[in-house]
Amino acid sequence: MKPAPFDYAAPETIEETLALLGEYGADAKLLAGGQSLMPLLNMRLARPSVLIDLNRVSALDYMRVSDGEVRIGALTRQRAAERSPVVAKHLPLMTDALRWVGHAQIRNRGTIGGSLAHADPSAELPAVAAALGATFVVAGQGGMRLLLPEEFFVGYLTTAIAPAEVLTEIRFPKMAADAGCAFVEVARRHGDFALVGAAAVVHRAGPPEPGGAEASAGRFRDVRLVFTGVGPTPVRVREAEAALEGQKFEERLLADVARLVAGRLDPESDIQASAEYRKHVAGVLARRALLAAALRAGPQQAGGHSTGGFPKGGRPT
Amino acid sequence: MSKVIAPVAERTVAFTVNGKSVEVTVPVRKTLADALREDLGLTGTHLGCEHGVCGACTILLDGQAVRSCLLLAVQADGHDLKTVEGLADGDRLHPIQEAFWEAHGLQCGFCTPGFLMTICEFLADNPSPTEDEIREGIAGNLCRCTGYLNIIKAVQIAAAKLRS
Repeated sequence: MKPAPFDYAAPETIEETLALLGEYGADAKLLAGGQSLMPLLNMRLARPSVLIDLNRVSALDYMRVSDGEVRIGALTRQRAAERSPVVAKHLPLMTDALRWVGHAQIRNRGTIGGSLAHADPSAELPAVAAALGATFVVAGQGGMRLLLPEEFFVGYLTTAIAPAEVLTEIRFPKMAADAGCAFVEVARRHGDFALVGAAAVVHRAGPPEPGGAEASAGRFRDVRLVFTGVGPTPVRVREAEAALEGQKFEERLLADVARLVAGRLDPESDIQASAEYRKHVAGVLARRALLAAALRAGPQQAGGHSTGGFPKGGRPT
Repeated sequence: MSKVIAPVAERTVAFTVNGKSVEVTVPVRKTLADALREDLGLTGTHLGCEHGVCGACTILLDGQAVRSCLLLAVQADGHDLKTVEGLADGDRLHPIQEAFWEAHGLQCGFCTPGFLMTICEFLADNPSPTEDEIREGIAGNLCRCTGYLNIIKAVQIAAAKLRS
């Protein structure tokens, strides 16, 4: 037997889950998709006395649009979200990022909430949640708490979820129809943990109104740039976002931002990559992600109108 | 407040494997891969890394390829499983197995059951994959003999067989 002994309970409702957590909280572990916890159990790095299996709590498995948000139940499989037309339409950044999460066999079991609650510093979904400004719904016996990404992610593999609480839902604000986004990463092999990943969301000012301010056309607006793999939690580089705000799209500008990113980040060295290499890769990925996001940003131009300073079509390199 | 469910150390679970209903009593910490091999004698499912990296233990759970080393046997309760033993129809190999034979898609064969099950779901989703899609589709399975080229050929041959 690989895992150390534990007792097992499979609640079917959130109430039963909370009752179990109330009884065993600190000694218990919640099992969602198991794609991170099961290896830890098999290697006996985690030795909970009670395992609470969430997989029968069907009330946690849903995706729905409500109040300008896409609300995703914590137990939603990553593969279901990856294939969801609702997610593709309103949260294309998540669709983009999910392709980088492990392999299809992992995503068939792995859950959206499980990955976020595990808070691996090199995981993709925490960076997506940070880039989109998601709200985390955490339930306990006293009621529920709503947390922002900067409150939810506390440190390396650590979130603000208390031992007797469970993450039930993640609310992602719908991305604007004219937003452009991209998730890119570098890993040793496809499906491995990312050495560095970058999520970019950009908006662009629309075409000038007749007689309006020509100056705002084709400029960056509301940029989000978040990295994974370069710190204990997702790292948002606000200086880079601010440097792009209101600027016209130019290759040279992206090169400057790449340098700025590399200078601002303070990653650690490990067996996979040195800190210096990670900084360099982060700069390169910032450029690639912003370029890809800008290419996808609307409003779509009909029949040869000006695209402002933004390039048209093509694939980023 | 609802009554607290009592956690248990052992449990009897029922599920179907390769179309057959089975019932097993297992320690709750036993992985599904171990239960398939030790309790049900289905030793075609191989165990390599036992932490979700190598893909040798891949089976189908309700038609989806999953790592059976990352599931507990108790979690299979009520589900429909398929292992490599369920592919062939008597003496007739499954088209994916035939394709592996024809393309010499295996050498030592240790990784093969996992590849076959992964490719089952992959080709059901994408009957006409490109070579790049095949490479990505099998990326979650490790093979230390073939260098993958003959496996890619086997997937192409299998795709053609399944389409016709």
